[in-house]
Amino acid sequence: MNILVCISKTPDTTSKIAFTDGGTKFDENGIQFIVNPYDEWYALVRALELKEANGGKVTVISVGDASNDPIIRKSLAIGADEAVRVDAADTDALFVAQQIANYAKENDYNMILTGKETINYNGGQLGGMIAELVGLPYVAMATKLDLAGDTATIEREIQGGSEVLEVNGGFVLSAAKGMAEQRIPNMRGIMAARSKPLNVIAPSGGEAHTSVVSYELPPAKAECKYIDAENAGELIALLHNEAKVI
Amino acid sequence: MSIVVFVSNTKGKINKAGLEAICYAADVAKNSGDSVTAVTAGSLEGDGGAGAYGASKLISGASVNPSDSAQVTNMVSAVISDEGASMIVTSHDNDGKQVAPRLAARLNCGMVTGVTGLPDTSAGFTVKKNVFSGKAIAQVSITSDKKILALLPNSHGLHEHGGTAEVSEWSGDAGAASVTVKEVKVEESNVVPLPEAELVVSAGRGMKGPENWGMIEELASELGATTACSRPVSDIGWRPHHEHVGQTGVAIRPNLYIAIGISGAIQHLAGVNGSKKIVVVNTDPEAPFFKAADYGIVGDAFEVVPKLIAAAKAFNASK
Repeated sequence: MNILVCISKTPDTTSKIAFTDGGTKFDENGIQFIVNPYDEWYALVRALELKEANGGKVTVISVGDASNDPIIRKSLAIGADEAVRVDAADTDALFVAQQIANYAKENDYNMILTGKETINYNGGQLGGMIAELVGLPYVAMATKLDLAGDTATIEREIQGGSEVLEVNGGFVLSAAKGMAEQRIPNMRGIMAARSKPLNVIAPSGGEAHTSVVSYELPPAKAECKYIDAENAGELIALLHNEAKVI
Repeated sequence: MSIVVFVSNTKGKINKAGLEAICYAADVAKNSGDSVTAVTAGSLEGDGGAGAYGASKLISGASVNPSDSAQVTNMVSAVISDEGASMIVTSHDNDGKQVAPRLAARLNCGMVTGVTGLPDTSAGFTVKKNVFSGKAIAQVSITSDKKILALLPNSHGLHEHGGTAEVSEWSGDAGAASVTVKEVKVEESNVVPLPEAELVVSAGRGMKGPENWGMIEELASELGATTACSRPVSDIGWRPHHEHVGQTGVAIRPNLYIAIGISGAIQHLAGVNGSKKIVVVNTDPEAPFFKAADYGIVGDAFEVVPKLIAAAKAFNASK
């Protein structure tokens, strides 16, 4: 069983977000970068569990420059067998999807897993785009993935609940919370990761149709208005008369 | 020309996020002189409300499996071609997330998801979207002729445009099934799903245990609100995962978010700071959440919440 897991580099979840160059660039000063949590905690860990149960190989792929290498090594330390980095800027989802789809077409994967979105761009586009480009079924927002032979059973979030789908043969999915539990790499994994293959390949065509023009921060909040706990019930009147939300 | 809006439908009805996407498209169309054509998989009751919110046509594909992203993409791309549409709008809800990226790859066009405002066409074509899980807003340019916009639920609002949509059945071939639906688990409830909810009552570890959620549910029910929770509470299994709001859970934009016993870690704030009004109840006056709050009550949830329930009951009785 060969599984391809797409990973992206994102700022740590506790990062304070700021911009430079007149609001056109993300300020990386003092920022710790991590593997996008949805890619790591859910997609990668579930891929490793399936490999451990069924045998095979887990390959991680990331589109970006050499600054992505530490998060790629982290994925190898957690247990991925090998890694591929497409040496190109990851500014447009369709461009990134084209790189990964082109690589996937030349190799034989039983499934391609991504996180449901990155925590920096919040696009949620990559998995569906790859599925279309390689011509496979796509399931978004998956919370469970089980295999029996060539048949995958996938549970996904839908409005007000969930649905269980069955897919035969290859597929692409985006993983949401619930699919697996985070794994902390141990020392042996970290040592082993150093000698696992990380192949850097050149981009293969594709064009970007979108670009970020500028960033801004949300408007600052007004002062908090405190209500005495003894008279907490006054809140309801304030919400009705002043905030006008109920 | 027309703007094509893909909407999901639940049991014959277009969801609120879908109606909002139609309303958004109708507001774009008002400026550009286009018309709005809504398209959905499965069947609808009448026009499903599409007309009232601005669609002049509604095309439904009764034979198309709404859970099959390949079939839905085949139908929507055929409708886009028939209508000669260059703009496609959908909600950034669970069904939109499954279909819109396939469409963008099929049409080889630019797409922006999580859109929070109308397009700016003063220089090229740009739209605003939420980034960094709500901690910032980006202005994104699309340069392809065809464009796909996936609207963040609760970011445009609903207002009626009036009218009814001409309903027709899609007669094309959606192709072979790529998935089979084995089971659908949707709880029968009158509660608005969290991503679409306008009023949300949320609680965290300050509640001390799952057995104490009765008062949270009662307050939510009195206010007509949906319940939510913080990450630790869903991680330890006190509440279901789908209630977890925050950076790695659901990001929401309700009119009112009441946070009870949640300290307000930066990851939690990321998921809720699009809320119009935030109320924080916490025993710790130094809780970081108060900095993001419009109204604050420093006090014990077990004393404060019953007072809020009583006041909400009195308020409901006076309506």
